[in-house]
Amino acid sequence: MAEGLLVVRPGALTTVQDPGRPGYAHLGVPRSGALDTAAYALANRLVGNAPDAAALETTLDGVGLRALAATTVAVTGAPCPVRISGRPVAWGAPVRLPAGAELEVGRAESGVRGYVAVRGGLAVPPVLGSRSTDLLSGLGPPVLAAGMALPVGPPGPDPAPGADACGLPGPPSELVLPLRLGPRADWFTEASLAGLWRSAFRVSALSNRIGLRTEAGSALVRARAGELPSEGMVLGAVQVPPDGLPVVFLADHPVTGGYPVVGVVPPGPALDAAAQARPGVPVRFSAAR
Amino acid sequence: MRPLVVGGEALLIELDSADEVAALHAELLRRRDAGELGPVRELVPAARTVLLDGVRDPAALGARIARWEVPQLAPTQGPQVTVPVRYDGPDLAEVARLWGVAPEEVPGIVGATDFRVAFCGFAPGFGYLTGLPERFHLPRRASPRTAVPAGSLALAGEYAGVYPRSSPGGWQLIGSTDAVLWDPRREPAALFAPGVRVRFTEGDGRG
Repeated sequence: MAEGLLVVRPGALTTVQDPGRPGYAHLGVPRSGALDTAAYALANRLVGNAPDAAALETTLDGVGLRALAATTVAVTGAPCPVRISGRPVAWGAPVRLPAGAELEVGRAESGVRGYVAVRGGLAVPPVLGSRSTDLLSGLGPPVLAAGMALPVGPPGPDPAPGADACGLPGPPSELVLPLRLGPRADWFTEASLAGLWRSAFRVSALSNRIGLRTEAGSALVRARAGELPSEGMVLGAVQVPPDGLPVVFLADHPVTGGYPVVGVVPPGPALDAAAQARPGVPVRFSAAR
Repeated sequence: MRPLVVGGEALLIELDSADEVAALHAELLRRRDAGELGPVRELVPAARTVLLDGVRDPAALGARIARWEVPQLAPTQGPQVTVPVRYDGPDLAEVARLWGVAPEEVPGIVGATDFRVAFCGFAPGFGYLTGLPERFHLPRRASPRTAVPAGSLALAGEYAGVYPRSSPGGWQLIGSTDAVLWDPRREPAALFAPGVRVRFTEGDGRG
């Protein structure tokens, strides 16, 4: 394989992601896909890729890659230092990666998840129409490991220069998540629901691609006993386990769940911000229509 | 039938029984294929609900569905698969004891049951199969196993299921099969898709 990238330093958790594999939830297949959808889309635009091209999603400490052939790459998402063979280059912009050169995506200065798009997109074999790594069910390519080769597809047309001169919002210092109540808000007491809007939760270190877990804050209190039969879950669903602390479901969430969903955070900027919120960041919920 | 709005683009229809879920799910599939349902990204049956995700106006659609006349599902409706099973599970004797029968009678009870895949979840291709008469419903094991072998036929609550791959699990294991439950290169990828009728035959487990 002359074209492609060789993984030199895999980083803490680096996966291949694209828009995911919606449409198979009825077979037990999670949606998966890039968590920070705007940063992922920008990385692809910067290198002239189709919007659904597969890219890398890094976690906190970036990734190191060697180019097997000359190409163009762009790093977006969590701001971080980017070097090519030791020389600093631009973050959030297309940069030329000569054959044999090493791309070093450094530790995130803020935020959690970085995106590395390569011109032509990563050409790992798709599974059920998607190249996303699904950590919950083990579909798609494995998590990156040192020595792994990543094939790259044929390049598309050149990106329009200056198309992405506008900036992205930085990672949040406080996460405010619009929440639309339902379908199981009636499983909780009126008083604890009213308190939900005032409660200061924090992002828990147990958060992952499956869900953003919260800690601290005032727990939601059940208004009824008993178990909820397992039911279908959507992206952004806020599930409340028996400890009363909300879990916001992200891309790798299970397709069904047995704890009541108090409400849903609409996909888009709020969930993108949730993907970048570090443990300890304050979380509030605001009422959405 | 109770429609519940889920966020801006999803709808949960709550029903009273697994049979009603199966009937509504079949009706939703029929109307979707006939172009009467409008755009819907996911149609996810579960224990007592059907989720419709990726719909335009969930409240309006819910009101519309609530007015439908949903025909009952005939027992012979839906594709059928036959799965050969070896009755060699480590919990076979315990299941027989809980049922108050001899272990040799378990294959006959399971084999005589018309199962239907009520829904999938837990793992890709893991189907929750309903159909066991209520007197054969079982508790989960007190402590789950850390690794259940792929192909294990298992029972818990009102459900039967076959593990598509090795995973932790708390169901009672009564047998095993070599049938391929999940293959993403196959269409459909899941042998046990919702609505599929399943019969277990006693054999060497080779499908």
